[in-house]
Amino acid sequence: MILARVVGNVVATQKDSRYEGGRIMVVRPINPDGSDAGDELLALDAVDSGVGDMVVVVREGWSASTTSTGSPGAAIDSAIIGVVDTVEYNA
Amino acid sequence: MQLARVLGTVVATVKSESLEGRTLLVIQPLDGSYNQKGKPMVAIDSVGAGKGEIVFWCRGREASFPFLPSDVPSDCTIVGIVDSVFLDSRFAASSPKPKA
Repeated sequence: MILARVVGNVVATQKDSRYEGGRIMVVRPINPDGSDAGDELLALDAVDSGVGDMVVVVREGWSASTTSTGSPGAAIDSAIIGVVDTVEYNA
Repeated sequence: MQLARVLGTVVATVKSESLEGRTLLVIQPLDGSYNQKGKPMVAIDSVGAGKGEIVFWCRGREASFPFLPSDVPSDCTIVGIVDSVFLDSRFAASSPKPKA
């Protein structure tokens, strides 16, 4: 999993049926200190996250599909699975 | 998943039987501000996307799931056509967002 910041969302009418009812968020990978750590990606929201939240994103299909749609086998490769309250770490 | 712009189509006469009837498109991956990210790649279409459209695509094993029960060999499948992208101005990238 990676830490990321939710920076926006995507609206798409025509999409794979398994995405119906889900929210597609634009997330930007970040380091524990909040600095940018890579290129933006899209993730399906499984936890009612909002723009500005620091979140945990899983980048594996089975887990992403199960947490965001309730069952595996969907064409979903990333999902937001947690909203981070705090990160404590020793650099 | 990631955003991309459809650059064009790929025509392949000789191909795996399981690719019969599928559309192969060339896409350019983008970030949330529609800036190019990485190199163009070939994707299979599952939603009827066309040249010039902004889409989002799925990578890896999951990319073959839209075609179940067919076993279509794909590690990059277009799974949605983007109407609009909202980016919070607090987190907007340095370059301004172009029109889709």
